[in-house]
Amino acid sequence: MVPDVISVDRIRCDGHGLCAELLPELIDLDDWGYPLLGGGHVPYHLRDHAKRAVAACPVQALRLQAGVKTAGPGRKA
Amino acid sequence: MLHRKPGLLDGPPFAAGAESLAAHHGRLGLLPARRDRLELVATVEASGLQGRGGAGFPVGRKWRTVAERARGHAVVLANGAEGEPLSAKDRTLMAARPHLVLDGALLAADAVGADRIVLYVGEEHHTAAAALDRALGERRREFGRRAHLVQAPVGYVSGEETAAVHYVNEADARPTTTPPRPFQAGVGGRATLVQNVESLALTALIARFGDDWYRAAGRGSTAGSALVTVSGPVPYPGVREIELGTTVGEVAAAAGHLREPLEAVLVGGYFGAWAPIEEAWHAALDPAAMRAAGLAFGCGVVGFLPREVCGVTATARILRYMAAASSGQCGPCVFGLAAVAEATTRLATGAAFRDDLDRLNRWCGQLAGRGACRHPDGAGGLLQSALSVFGAEFAAHQWQRRCKHGNLLRKAA
Repeated sequence: MVPDVISVDRIRCDGHGLCAELLPELIDLDDWGYPLLGGGHVPYHLRDHAKRAVAACPVQALRLQAGVKTAGPGRKA
Repeated sequence: MLHRKPGLLDGPPFAAGAESLAAHHGRLGLLPARRDRLELVATVEASGLQGRGGAGFPVGRKWRTVAERARGHAVVLANGAEGEPLSAKDRTLMAARPHLVLDGALLAADAVGADRIVLYVGEEHHTAAAALDRALGERRREFGRRAHLVQAPVGYVSGEETAAVHYVNEADARPTTTPPRPFQAGVGGRATLVQNVESLALTALIARFGDDWYRAAGRGSTAGSALVTVSGPVPYPGVREIELGTTVGEVAAAAGHLREPLEAVLVGGYFGAWAPIEEAWHAALDPAAMRAAGLAFGCGVVGFLPREVCGVTATARILRYMAAASSGQCGPCVFGLAAVAEATTRLATGAAFRDDLDRLNRWCGQLAGRGACRHPDGAGGLLQSALSVFGAEFAAHQWQRRCKHGNLLRKAA
């Protein structure tokens, strides 16, 4: 099974930091309080916690996606 | 440097200004009659041409993705917003060979089924914009109303593909969150092919002479040719066309004899990486080989750093530029780039805090993937390479507050 992926909309994110409080297993904060996500893959046993973190984000910058591989042209090519 | 003919820059000398339509057709002939549009996509795919804006995405695959969209007309955005300070190849090409760029835009529009062509040109590229505008005037019947020129605001990030689309749509040249990427929903919400102007110009030659012609150049694992911009202490800096796989040393030789010994070379521009000169000298400018070595061909910048210029100082200057060029939307880019630029500047000027080097080592790995666009990734990669290539220099600046270049370092504040 492809794990879900948690991602952050970097433009929306204001560094409130609730996600790291609610999901410390997957989310760390940098020196300025913005989330560090690593790969973002959410193991099954953390799914509910991930959903809670998504719901708690005050600016709705977090997103949980069923594991889809994104592919396509990149920057400026 | 490039023996395969014709090259992208063949024809009248640059000083003669933009090539006219008559001269262009006299030299290269008309574009071949339109075939089945997917046939041209297949030819471009077979050529192996990779995008020249910096990311190096395969051009044919990008065209196919847009061509095979579900519905509606597409848009072609010819990207000539060359924000990279060390690159001049796009503006040179547009100014000298505007009809090659227009040919490419027209071919791309036909191939992907676009009824609108946006020529997106940096507003500081006056000569290039004027040349394209005039060239468009010469071909009104061919282009009709579907092509128009949009001047991109000055800025490093303006040429990023989502920023370009955003500017055309809403006059705001800041990148947007992806997905959707432009090929999914771009200008006016329609599937948009954003393609660098050099890539487009090359497709104009590939359409005329075939994918074999393009593949006839290239010595290493990547076939083809590319424009590069050479800078540094050489008598003839500037734009030239090379066969992919040409070595850095050969590029230096073609730019005349070196005026002074070198320390390092910046490949790929501010978005790229430093390489020590001894290692780089025989290294091939071949995108595949460079990727394997942790470098990137990027937009073809080859910037030589003389031995008497301090690598820490040069890196600090670039990072300050990158920090100032942030579009200011994403926290990690705003704060992270400012922090690495400040710490590197403190090191360069002998005013380092005791943990600046440690922090740089930590921060540089935390920039990739932290923004809506890849601006912070670029700065992080450049810093990473600087810490490795100028490692001893960084350490001396941190611990001895000494610069072997004799820069006056002031005492700690």
